Amino acid sequence: MSLDTVDSRRLREVALTPEEYRAIVEKLKRPPNAVELGMLGVLWSEHCSYKSSKALLRRLPSTGDAVLQGPGENAGAVEIGQGWAAVFKIESHNHPSAIEPYQGAATGVGGIIRDVIAMGARPIALLDSLRFGPLPASRHHFEGVVAGIGGYGNCIGIPTVGGELYFDECYAQNPLVNAMCVGLVRVDRLMRARAEGTGNSLMLVGADTGRDGIHGASFASLELDESSSERRPAVQVGNPFLEKCLLEACMDLAHTDAVVAVQDLGAAGLTSSVAECAGRVPGAGARIDISLVPRRERGMTPYDVMLSESQERMLVVVQRGRESEVERIFQTWDLTSAVIGDVTDDGHLTVFDQTDMVARLPIDLLTEGAPLRRLTGTSPAPPPSLHLDSLPPLADAGQSLLRLLASPNLCSRRPIFRRYDHMVGDSTVVPPGGDAALLRIKGTKLGVAMTTDCNARYCHLDPNLGAQHAVAEAARNIVATGARPVAVTDCLNLANPDRPEVYWQLEETIAGLAHACRALEVPIVSGNVSLYNDSEGSSPIHPTPVVGMIGVIEDYGHRLEAGLKNEGDFVLLVGSSHNDLGGSEYLKVEHGTVAGRPPALDLAREGAVNRLILAAARSGLLRSAHDCADGGMLVALAECCLLGGLGVRCPALRPEAPLRLDAAFFGETPGRFIVSAPSRAMPELQTLARRHHLEISLLGMAGGQTIEFEGQFRLSLAEMRQAWEGGLA
Amino acid sequence: MKFGVVVFPGTWSDRDCGWVIDQVVGAQLQYLWHKDADLKGCDCVILPGGFAYGDYLRTGAIARFAPVMEQIGEFADRGGLVWGICNGFQILCEADLLPGALIRNASLEYRCEWTNLVVERTDLAFTSSCAEREVIRVPISHGEGSYFAEPAVLSRLEQNGQVVFRYCDAGGRVVPSANPNGSLHNIAGIINKRGNVLGMMPHPERCAEPELGGADGLKLFRSVAGSALKVLVS
Repeated sequence: MSLDTVDSRRLREVALTPEEYRAIVEKLKRPPNAVELGMLGVLWSEHCSYKSSKALLRRLPSTGDAVLQGPGENAGAVEIGQGWAAVFKIESHNHPSAIEPYQGAATGVGGIIRDVIAMGARPIALLDSLRFGPLPASRHHFEGVVAGIGGYGNCIGIPTVGGELYFDECYAQNPLVNAMCVGLVRVDRLMRARAEGTGNSLMLVGADTGRDGIHGASFASLELDESSSERRPAVQVGNPFLEKCLLEACMDLAHTDAVVAVQDLGAAGLTSSVAECAGRVPGAGARIDISLVPRRERGMTPYDVMLSESQERMLVVVQRGRESEVERIFQTWDLTSAVIGDVTDDGHLTVFDQTDMVARLPIDLLTEGAPLRRLTGTSPAPPPSLHLDSLPPLADAGQSLLRLLASPNLCSRRPIFRRYDHMVGDSTVVPPGGDAALLRIKGTKLGVAMTTDCNARYCHLDPNLGAQHAVAEAARNIVATGARPVAVTDCLNLANPDRPEVYWQLEETIAGLAHACRALEVPIVSGNVSLYNDSEGSSPIHPTPVVGMIGVIEDYGHRLEAGLKNEGDFVLLVGSSHNDLGGSEYLKVEHGTVAGRPPALDLAREGAVNRLILAAARSGLLRSAHDCADGGMLVALAECCLLGGLGVRCPALRPEAPLRLDAAFFGETPGRFIVSAPSRAMPELQTLARRHHLEISLLGMAGGQTIEFEGQFRLSLAEMRQAWEGGLA
Repeated sequence: MKFGVVVFPGTWSDRDCGWVIDQVVGAQLQYLWHKDADLKGCDCVILPGGFAYGDYLRTGAIARFAPVMEQIGEFADRGGLVWGICNGFQILCEADLLPGALIRNASLEYRCEWTNLVVERTDLAFTSSCAEREVIRVPISHGEGSYFAEPAVLSRLEQNGQVVFRYCDAGGRVVPSANPNGSLHNIAGIINKRGNVLGMMPHPERCAEPELGGADGLKLFRSVAGSALKVLVS
């Protein structure tokens, strides 16, 4: 198949460009056969090769004292104390979820769980970051995705403890579904998916292989168009029960030392898992016989078997001669396992169908060979600027608050998280609904906090600053539970990078993430890039760099929650407020506009505020803490009341010029928390604040069943709750 | 008191029950594998929550045929304590060890949230540590927990006092608004006539320590642990 004979349709089918095809022929010194072309097509897809983003991703900080495993493995890992490692990663399943919301979301959850299992860790929690077009038009996507996440997570018995949910026109055709999984393993039991040891056996375990999901990775690397629904076979079907068995069996592998490595079969199925596993060991190769692969249907070609994305499968590298030990473990869980090949030292992936060799490709050509794409970015026209002087003054703060609480972007997420089992495992000590979730590690005092965050409207207005905000907000959410931010996993969702303005967004996003992660000392240890979130005839999505962050608290007895706790406690605002209405939810909901720049962000100050809160929490000075984010101080305060079932009475808010009243109530200045504390803690808190050069101001006193700013407005918790809990109806 | 905790491949509350029995209550713990036809001398056998064999057909419909279930049936006949929680309750109904069935929640959605239960029987090995008509807070987590039974069965349950837990409000009032899943008569848990087989949808093993949001579930485990075989195993 020279370039003359390989037609363009064929190349499009495997999503390769003529230039890439030429590079393959040049490297192989022969044309690839059809199976090889398919294998290269999936591994050279953007989804697997990161060919458009790789050069930029190297700019992200990924090292630190706690880092045990950075990017390049199935998931990242950090040491969190007392011999424990937290293993975690976030991944997108956007394209499948756009076509088939339930299965797309379900298999996204299934895939990220296997990534954590492959590291030898037991998954302890799931989070989901979701974005849809506005309701009610997006109801089909929204309901399907939520049901799919629940359907998988509830069945497999891993609690879904957090995430986020936003609605914006830009996601109408391209919903985003990012799933994050966090697992735990003893540091000395952490595994790497490296195909070590020539002659060791490759075992395929779990589900039988079918034709589902063929070309899923390539599909995820194209823009969606009218023919996308014809790609439904490219969406896989999940079987959470089978994955539960696979999970338990893989945990049981710890009982034997016969296992060298475990690798998930995800995008690009057998092709990528074997190639990646071998690719991590210099010079290693693999030889497999696809006739040994257990099938679920007849008539599958070598091409089908190599490219199938059937779910709930794992590749296990086993010491030669000890295969039966491993087979027995899988048998206990009624799982099929089959030796399909072995590790070689020839640096090639060689595929046989019984005695016929059907493909032979250099490992490095598969994993590293995709020519990096040199794209150029151009900054687009700046977003509309915001002229505060022409903005009408705040008419009625109470009515504005009610409308903001009912906004689908701010309202209560309880209608969602009560459909997810968030308690199984007996570890959830701070449940969903507040800032971050906090899970204890049984048998210790340690707690692991986790959150996902991204204000994509900020990223739309300024991708660099917006990405910094995502990191800063995630850190504040971790801190609000009393935990110290430790590390990050990121999922970069963008549109088609071939458009110069999108590539510019990608460059800026990564620059912003890198800057903020360095400043707040949270390395990025794993992540995923999802590009081509575009559709014919609709605008591209906002750059949406979802930041998944974990944190650690040494003694979860010192944990904090958002809700007010005691009548008579002082309710305080930590940090100072500015006229930060640019890109705010207030501007969108009350004035119907998205304009201005996101709030300025002083990362040194963010660090100082976080340290102040943590010091106060450790000293037991605080009764509650809540981050001020979307919707500003007043929405955060209302949430403290609603979550605690306790009102607050405040004197009138009279900001000093130049601070405007609307900005004081609803501006989104970062670096602020609402905390509550007993009056006796005040002197110490003031001292702490002075030491950190920060401002603490008294808002009011907790008590009653209303929220009141004297002479300005008064609302009952009941009417606020009605607005807040009905926002998704 | 030796607790047995049955493990089907799709069970996920096994380790939570085990944690409470072993680490919180400090009683003896024995896991029982679904393929084993041996209850290993356990005094109380727990069928915990989960999706036994995936429950793709009907919850518990396949689990009732598991080898361990045959033993559990005989054990129950001899008066042994059997405690089905969530999926375990569903299995006990399928296995005819308890009457009625658990059907899809009225909301047609999965529900994971705290509920209030009024304890209507305190003379049982499972509830002896509870006060008369005590209201306990226990979370649910299920998609198919709506208790259903034929009218005749239902009235027999009521006449015999076999309803052990009912969903109620914080004040103990059994009202429709406190019913999270559409269960008939707000039923959250029932006992067999003999008083040794309990099925309940809420998860007491999720609320045995205050840091998990409440510790009322511990009362049930302590009741069983302290029952010292008041129900004689013949």
